Amino acid sequence: MSEHSQHITSTRLYVLIWITLMVLTGVTAGVAFIDLGPFNTIVALTIASFKAVLVVLFFMHVKYTSEKLTKTVVIAAIFWLLLLLVLSLADYSTRMLS
Amino acid sequence: MSNSDVAVEHVHGPELRHHFADEEQQRQASSLGMWLFLATEIMFFGGMFCAYLIYRLAYFNEFAAASRSIRILPGAINTAVLICSSLTVALSVRAAQTGKRKLLIALLGLTLVFGLAFLGIKGVEWYEKYQEHHIPGASFSAADLIQDYPQLHIDAARAQIFFSLYFAMTGLHALHMIIGLGIFIWLIYGAWKGRFTPEYYTPVEIGGLYWHFVDIVWIYLFPLLYLIDRKPL
Repeated sequence: MSEHSQHITSTRLYVLIWITLMVLTGVTAGVAFIDLGPFNTIVALTIASFKAVLVVLFFMHVKYTSEKLTKTVVIAAIFWLLLLLVLSLADYSTRMLS
Repeated sequence: MSNSDVAVEHVHGPELRHHFADEEQQRQASSLGMWLFLATEIMFFGGMFCAYLIYRLAYFNEFAAASRSIRILPGAINTAVLICSSLTVALSVRAAQTGKRKLLIALLGLTLVFGLAFLGIKGVEWYEKYQEHHIPGASFSAADLIQDYPQLHIDAARAQIFFSLYFAMTGLHALHMIIGLGIFIWLIYGAWKGRFTPEYYTPVEIGGLYWHFVDIVWIYLFPLLYLIDRKPL
């Protein structure tokens, strides 16, 4: 029927991603108790973002979609969120000092 | 137009709508629509994350103390539970793609179990906060925080802001989980009826996208609410 064939991810890859996510959860919980100064927050959010990227690319199949519009929407959504957070924080973090 | 042309045009399953060229196009259109919805969801949760970040900057000491009052273990277990449920969802999409109906039903059922386990653990955590008088409102008390962290000069009203955000964010997330459970019950019913085939499994894929999104929200809630203020004072 269809000339295209949808991508079917292997069970092996799914399990590999799952193991990575579980290990990173353990790492982020463990690192939280070590005093890294301001880097605690940075490390925690970096690990969270890495986990989120893994979920989006592999579990949500964005890596394998041939539809460029889908990828555009994903990138646009992240861009809007950063716009909201960065511009709001730029405002509050500079004004609250006074 | 001859009869054979008409016949050719209709060689497709009943699920394929006439305005799509083929199953692939229909599938991608559905997926794109779901991603657009998820973009609005990111902004929905984004507002709360923004409020959290601003108040965390303003009331740093209270957030540090209040965050430490939340036990890390149930949060970590819940993160693991959600990641496991994301795996069963991903595998259920694969089961639908490969036409394994029984495996699909089993994996969707497992997802349901993980989802209920998450909500159960969340309920226990909320009950602990209730017992500690940490639920914002008339009976709210930050006396324990003020006593435990005298060096931070805790303001009770500011600590209440942390718990307001905690309950709003985990509550909104839990609401999404409950909606997700409803979607998965519907998917199990559809799989039971044999509605999903390797040619048509869009509801499983779309429901899966929703579930993974809810998982990602928790992936950020866990460090922000539980982890980033754990280092020794």
